[in-house]
Amino acid sequence: MTTAERPRLAVVGAGPAGLAGALAAAARGVQVTLVDAADQPGGQFYRQPAPGLGARRPQALHHQWRTFERLRDGLERHRAAGLITHLADHHVWCVEREPGSGALSVHALRGPAQEQGVTVRADAVLLATGGYERVLPFPGWTLPGVVTAGGAQAMLKGGLALPGRTAVVAGTGPLLLPVATGLAAAGVRVAALVESADPAALLPRARALAARPGKLAEGAGYAARLLRYGVRVLPRHTVLEAHGTDRLEAVTLASLGRNGRTRPGSARRIACDTLAVGHGMLPHTDLAGTLGCTLSGTDVRVDDEQRTDVPGVWAAGETTGVGGAALALAEGHIAGRSVAARLGGTAPDPRRWAAAARARARQRAFFAALDAVYAPPAAWADAVPDDTVVCRCEEVTAGAVRTAAGPLGASDPRAVKLLTRAGMGWCQGRVCAPAVAALTGCPLVPERRPFARPVPLGVLAALPEPPPG
Amino acid sequence: MVGAACALYAARAGLDVRVVDRGAVAGGTTGAGEGNLLVSDKEPGPELELALLSARLWSELAEELGAAIEYESKGGLVVAAAPDALAALRDFAAGQRSAGVTAVPVGSGELREMEPHLASGMAGGVHYPQDAQVMPALAAAHLLHACGAPVHTGWTVTGVVRAADGAVRGVRTDRGDIHAPAVVNAAGTWGGDLASLAGVRLPVLPRRGFVLVTEPLPRMVRHKVYAADYVADVASDSATLRASPVVEGTAAGPVLIGATRERVGFDRSLSLAAVRALAAGAIGLFPFLERVRALRTYAGFRPYLPDHLPAIGPDPRVPGLFHACGHEGAGIGLAPGTGQSIARALTGKAPELNLTPFRPERFDTDTDTGTGTGTDTDTDTDGGDTP
Repeated sequence: MTTAERPRLAVVGAGPAGLAGALAAAARGVQVTLVDAADQPGGQFYRQPAPGLGARRPQALHHQWRTFERLRDGLERHRAAGLITHLADHHVWCVEREPGSGALSVHALRGPAQEQGVTVRADAVLLATGGYERVLPFPGWTLPGVVTAGGAQAMLKGGLALPGRTAVVAGTGPLLLPVATGLAAAGVRVAALVESADPAALLPRARALAARPGKLAEGAGYAARLLRYGVRVLPRHTVLEAHGTDRLEAVTLASLGRNGRTRPGSARRIACDTLAVGHGMLPHTDLAGTLGCTLSGTDVRVDDEQRTDVPGVWAAGETTGVGGAALALAEGHIAGRSVAARLGGTAPDPRRWAAAARARARQRAFFAALDAVYAPPAAWADAVPDDTVVCRCEEVTAGAVRTAAGPLGASDPRAVKLLTRAGMGWCQGRVCAPAVAALTGCPLVPERRPFARPVPLGVLAALPEPPPG
Repeated sequence: MVGAACALYAARAGLDVRVVDRGAVAGGTTGAGEGNLLVSDKEPGPELELALLSARLWSELAEELGAAIEYESKGGLVVAAAPDALAALRDFAAGQRSAGVTAVPVGSGELREMEPHLASGMAGGVHYPQDAQVMPALAAAHLLHACGAPVHTGWTVTGVVRAADGAVRGVRTDRGDIHAPAVVNAAGTWGGDLASLAGVRLPVLPRRGFVLVTEPLPRMVRHKVYAADYVADVASDSATLRASPVVEGTAAGPVLIGATRERVGFDRSLSLAAVRALAAGAIGLFPFLERVRALRTYAGFRPYLPDHLPAIGPDPRVPGLFHACGHEGAGIGLAPGTGQSIARALTGKAPELNLTPFRPERFDTDTDTGTGTGTDTDTDTDGGDTP
């Protein structure tokens, strides 16, 4: 089969799910274009230092480094064979499907300045767009020195820079453990790991955990390392406030009662110059939403083959529900095999990917158990004072949101946005949407964002005409 | 917006008012609007008279609420690239002047004094100082707040309660009945559905529009600026895509570029053809926009009636039922005049305006059954968002 005859798959995202999908499809004769915003493959999970930094042992910050080496070598092999084209530094802003022909166009912006439009045409698209961190507001959260937990980790993995000398890691979720140990290993004094959930609550869910001995060992490993580095772990605690004038100087912590509210008199102050804070992950679903894929809560809904309900569109990894790299690999692999079969005109045989399907089921059960435990405290939104900025882009306070939602009759987050501008700035509500929804008393529903990132009008005006039939 | 204006003027006329909306405040077409208060795009006739009345009422409302609703009497500037388009524009403006519109011819050289970043080489234009702008969602919310009426958001009207003689007695909702001797249908694009609950036909149909919103900028565009062919698009009866953009800066910083006109039912899916046309048209007027980024785009559904005039006033087929809907793309601008006319009709006073052209029953005589799109009973409740 020549290149021109092979069916074409565009994969959006070169993290674990995208890489696994690209390799599985290319190995079965599909011509793959891998479109990714980073300059190297791997996504957030396998983020590597820039080559110019001359890091000798990037794997020191990664577990499962060998898995990544395997993916990277496979990518190299398929690239050399002309089966995969890797478009690095391509930022996808929209995927379009021609209703008549079903042909798909992936529209991206090239280069660090993101000013040049590029369109990739394909017969199928695999959305492996990953997730992003949820951060909930509290007084002082916009001070320099307050970073996201994932951001701190990315700095460690990518730039090898130390974000500060004394750090507190806070919020909720399993990501906090590797962030705290990573910072400590890099020579940062980690004054406390503040977790609002009670990980002991995982014990009643031991069945899902017992099915994941690897994960338990991983958790035990983190616990041992935290102990070794002398990191104090404070479960059922939360950060009330970050203090500082020009930058972070200290944080106030408090312990949480059973009702999710802070215990009176439990507040204490800890000096630090870095606060790494995160409250779990949310999937990136903008491209899927614009294509018309049905979402289930905040996740793109897929079937057993990782197909969305839009013909020609598959999805894998965090975008279909946050569950970590091992789940993303399994989903990506299944998606790639399904794409290859379907584009070849046959129905795939799920028995061929039984091992991946088992891994997928195990990981999903495990993360469902984690999700039930690692949640922000129930009453967190009530604790946000009126003068705390909620939307950083447009500088909208919690009080302004409450006024819109109350006396002005904005009974849903969209109306709140209209009346306050919360969510209308550069990040288009990606950061503040969970907080605005909670302050409005509504569940978080993903917004429509037809442009997954800002697009120069000149690029829009120069868009190619849709391909004929 | 139209409902909020009706509520305000009715409450100020001494009536006891309650407002029911199945969504949130500004959840429908209001939330997708740009807030254009235009007289410049209207030819002499009943809609222009309503626009002139509304422009006066908007300036009164602005004295009360101006900053909160981001009212700006910035004026409109219509430009023509070629001499023949300019000649047509000047003729159009002459007609408007005779109907009471202030329309000042602007020479080719003066255009860039008024709009320093406008493309060079335009033949000329017309300045309309009466054109103004509000932030529509804020306007709706603050008018409702000012009128003091209870607002039941999230309540869906499921029926119209009628007496044995057919007169309206209130509405039935999913949260219980609301009794009232008069019901005002201000359901916008969904006004036809509400009319049919009362057993009458009002053929309101959706006409989709996309708006592009840029990153926040310092004030680069001073007026509402659009090309002369916009007027032809507004008046057009075409179902296919028309896109002659209106470009304007906003109090908050972003430049708004709107809007396309397409009859495609309630289809909210992104049309790259529509945004491509908007972007190209806007760059044609303001070349600096080429490198400016669009942060978002959204669609809204203008409610239109077959003759492109709204339905305003009592419905003789159902005593007690009043209509205030079908304003197409001009509902924000025409809201106060509509609200005041409805309040006068409700209280038995003579309207300031002859409402005959807006009679809601005027479509009973035509042969068109209004089933053209097949989607006019769609129950999509969410509005777009807004600049």
